[in-house]
Amino acid sequence: MAYSSKVLEHYNNPRNVGSFAKDDADVGTGVVGAPECGDVMKLQLKISDSGVIEDARFKTFGCGSAIASSSYVTELVKGKHIDEAIAIRNTTIVQELNLPPVKIHCSVLAEDAIKAAIADWKKRKGTAADDLKVAEG
Amino acid sequence: MLKLPIYMDNHATTQVDPRVLEAMLPYFSEVFGNAASRNHAFGWAAEEAVEKARTQIAAIIKAKPKEIIITSGATESDNLAIKGVVEFYKEKGNHIVTCVTEHKAVLDSCRALERAGRATVTYLPVDKYGMVDPDDVRKAITDRTVLITIMFANNEIGTIHPIAEIGKIAKEKGVIFHCDAVQAIGKVPVDVDRCGIDLMSLTAHKLYGPKGVGALYVRSKGPRVRLTPIIDGGGHERGMRSGTLNVTGIVGFGAACEIAQREMPEESVRLLELRNRLQAGLFERLEEVYLNGHPTDRLPGNLNLSFAYVEGESLLMGINDVAVSSGSACTSATLEPSYVIRALGIDEELAHSSIRFGIGRFSTAEEVDFVTDRVSREVKRLREMSPLYEMAKEGIDLKAVNWKAN
Repeated sequence: MAYSSKVLEHYNNPRNVGSFAKDDADVGTGVVGAPECGDVMKLQLKISDSGVIEDARFKTFGCGSAIASSSYVTELVKGKHIDEAIAIRNTTIVQELNLPPVKIHCSVLAEDAIKAAIADWKKRKGTAADDLKVAEG
Repeated sequence: MLKLPIYMDNHATTQVDPRVLEAMLPYFSEVFGNAASRNHAFGWAAEEAVEKARTQIAAIIKAKPKEIIITSGATESDNLAIKGVVEFYKEKGNHIVTCVTEHKAVLDSCRALERAGRATVTYLPVDKYGMVDPDDVRKAITDRTVLITIMFANNEIGTIHPIAEIGKIAKEKGVIFHCDAVQAIGKVPVDVDRCGIDLMSLTAHKLYGPKGVGALYVRSKGPRVRLTPIIDGGGHERGMRSGTLNVTGIVGFGAACEIAQREMPEESVRLLELRNRLQAGLFERLEEVYLNGHPTDRLPGNLNLSFAYVEGESLLMGINDVAVSSGSACTSATLEPSYVIRALGIDEELAHSSIRFGIGRFSTAEEVDFVTDRVSREVKRLREMSPLYEMAKEGIDLKAVNWKAN
């Protein structure tokens, strides 16, 4: 399979790889996927009290498209309010990275990672996370 | 001088040996006759070339030339052997014994017969090295069993099955034994009599011959094996495989067999040295690398490793000037990781992390060193990016985590 130039670019120069301290109250951590499925994404968002995403980090076990999807997402969410970030759909990622149909699940995983990280932050902040749809199961 | 990209995927196919190509060239032009033209010089010349090649092909498996039926390749040979036997011996029974790590050409032929209601099939498991237990074969045989089909050596993990023992059981029980020996021919000694093999699939392109030509060995005596053809036509190849012979390809196949047979003793030692060099180099530079397949009973050029915490396709992407293959789901059309690796009973994520290195005749020590360096650097880079590696380093038991799979 040939990779799009954008996937290759993110794979070769991934943005924002790394981890924040998990116990930092400003940090929301989302871990989605499963090793036996061949994809695990960890997305961490550093979020201000007003709900603005100030910084992001990721680590991904998965194919090149999964790595590129998570790398792109860290760039995409930075500076956005969580209400905006939570509205990001996987189709945005598919379009940006020119993902082929067999790689759409990578973009879905990245969308789920954003939601999971924000939900985790809300839980830590004690705000009601109940109204959030966290993709699970 | 190292030439990139490096080809290290010799289980998929091999480069045609220049000596093979040279042998083939006249048969594209000057000697173009149809080997079935019995009444003129053009036909005789083609027939003579085919018969010489048939002798060369037979010699490498210690068979008689007339026992070699030319086909288009091993997929056709597997189909002909399995479907041909089941159809011909339908009065005797309809049961097949095979194994879960067989090539798709074998497994899907069996499944097609099952679906059509023409056979029942026992798929034997393998041990952690990918080896079938001959005792399991013995136990699986019933009075309805017409065929045992077990490969000589596995195409992914290189494990060599105890073929002679299975052959002995087949003889005791009076069951026909088919063996897909595609990966083994020219790499390890193969003897159809010593191994008790009645039918054997071969192909030219895995031993430095051309693509599109293969053979089925069909035992002529003790027992004489009969088959119903799957292709109808002019009755070529003793009525078992109709179709005008691919003379050029067959000449190449014959030449490839002759070279492989002559050079195997030295070549297998050299391949083993290169394989050991690659394995030792990677194990030295990286932690948590696991060998898939049997540690010693395996093809000399095969090395199949799982690099924990790194997904196979992403690794392939990172070493794009090295041609190897992966058992990762992402490299398959079905999005399932390799059924061969999974059959070994190892952790599922290690199946996603597996890479197959196929060292061949044209591989060099310089290439092996380059690949060792390239792979170890990329594995380290990807591990730094891997949440699983981070978690494992923190002492988290990955199996105890409640994963939210989507």
